[in-house]
Amino acid sequence: MPSPNKPLHDFGVAELAGALRDGKLSSVEATQHFLERARSHADLGAYLAIDEDLTLRQARASDDRRAAGAAGPLEGVPIAHKDIFVTKDLPTTAGSRMLEGYRSPFDATVVRKLAEAGVVTLGKLNCDEFAMGSSNENSAYHPARNPWDRTRVPGGSSGGSAVAVAARLAPAATGTDTGGSIRQPAAFCGITGIKPTYGRASRYGMVAFASSLDQAGPMARSAEDCAWLLSSLCGPDPDRDSTSLDRPPEDFTRTLNDSLDGLRIGIPSEFFGAGLAEDVRAAVETCLKAYEKLGAKLVPISLPRTELSIPVYYIIAPAEASSNLSRFDGVKFGHRAKQYTDLVDMYKKTRAEGFGDEVKRRIMIGTYVLSHGYYDAYYLQAQRIRRMIADDFQQAFRVCDLIAGPVAPTVAWKLGGHGNDPLADYLADIFTLPASLAGLPGMSVPTGFGEGGMPVGLQLIGNYFSEARLLNAAHRLQQATDFHLRKPEGI
Amino acid sequence: MSLTHDDIARIANLARLELHPDESERMLTQINGFFNIVEAMRAVDTTGVEPLAHPVAVIQDVALRLRDDVVSEPDQREANQRSAPAVEQGLFLVPKVIE
Repeated sequence: MPSPNKPLHDFGVAELAGALRDGKLSSVEATQHFLERARSHADLGAYLAIDEDLTLRQARASDDRRAAGAAGPLEGVPIAHKDIFVTKDLPTTAGSRMLEGYRSPFDATVVRKLAEAGVVTLGKLNCDEFAMGSSNENSAYHPARNPWDRTRVPGGSSGGSAVAVAARLAPAATGTDTGGSIRQPAAFCGITGIKPTYGRASRYGMVAFASSLDQAGPMARSAEDCAWLLSSLCGPDPDRDSTSLDRPPEDFTRTLNDSLDGLRIGIPSEFFGAGLAEDVRAAVETCLKAYEKLGAKLVPISLPRTELSIPVYYIIAPAEASSNLSRFDGVKFGHRAKQYTDLVDMYKKTRAEGFGDEVKRRIMIGTYVLSHGYYDAYYLQAQRIRRMIADDFQQAFRVCDLIAGPVAPTVAWKLGGHGNDPLADYLADIFTLPASLAGLPGMSVPTGFGEGGMPVGLQLIGNYFSEARLLNAAHRLQQATDFHLRKPEGI
Repeated sequence: MSLTHDDIARIANLARLELHPDESERMLTQINGFFNIVEAMRAVDTTGVEPLAHPVAVIQDVALRLRDDVVSEPDQREANQRSAPAVEQGLFLVPKVIE
């Protein structure tokens, strides 16, 4: 039902689900529209794989389910998946040459749960190789471009997901967040994203990067849409994921409209120091004022080990990555070198050819810090400070209900802007890493615009299992502001 | 602390990665640059602090789950081997290991 006032691609997940439920729209119509959008905006580099026939078959099957009275809560809504989730019917590359042409024999739990809720899969979305990166430039295939300024990065590692949602090539997408990979691209592209508490979403079928940090979550244009998706994708997966928590699924849409009167929002001084760009500071402060108008109180707090989270994260994550990525040996799946002399040479050449620079760097760092004689000094030391960082949050949550600050120190930088300096990327992760290390839920909410008209994201961090509260706070802000409704020129 | 070319070669061998000389050179500079920011972490007094593996263990006991050791999956050999580089009669092929 495209109307002159509102084109179909501006419909969010909840609106589409409503229109489908009311019979004003079929899944085939909605799906065709977004497939067409994806095709005509291929230059943004958001998608890595699309199979229109498969997707339309899913849409027809969805319309049939509805006709048969068997509609799920998200029946017929088309969404796209980050190419880090394995899918039986579409290729999965994790943004790497290593997995070019790979076909998974099964669907990731998150993919399966969303399909059971009725969603139709539009395709697989670009990302940094094995989710390692903050700009999507580490994709082995092609960069993704920020729709607000195509000469800039969309952020990463869930860059393709953020681009697809911001450019209306999908009403929503899945992402994964290890050190900020949902929150930072959501901020850079002006959309909304949430990473739930570690252990709430199953990691089964997510190509593993750092297992004690990886979490799946939705990326959409509003907190309400994120709440719908998150309600379907969370839940225990006891037989498939050993770290999945025994926490029943929850309806996160139920409390979206709760009052914020008396809500205590902690403002960590370390998030507003000299490293924060002035345009980002100004945009974040605008939203903090909006929260005060909504009845919230701002409480100064301290997260004293914020800066330490950079080395701690960049020891733990590569250590786990070096172990996880040892499975890529050219034997059971993935790339194998053509020329080699013996088994070990086959491993070495296969991995040299299949992995990109950043992945190799992290494997090297991880291998080193886990090697004999260095394990205690680096890996265990990092895990000890990780506990101190998590304790700092518990200390802070004694005086506040939520924590707010910027998602990233600056707006999106230019493609190639960080040159060949991986450290520049690592340092820019400073505000998303602490919540990742502590396993806390965190989200990014559009909070205005900075330099070059680029979007700025407000980060909200909650205590364990407080996703409903986070989404409620984000939703109320979005009722009072319109930043999440703005769209890039020409979209 | 600074890594040397020998360290890079040793780590690359442990990681089963072949590095070209220019790659190895770049890796040395970048990894040493990275370890400069790691120094701050090494200086922290963590005496008596338990390492944290599952983050939610900060607020509750998290026991690693074990499932019963029984066959639960159907045979999917063909699907599982569909993406293998070299397969023959249902077996993965590797270069000769034993003479």
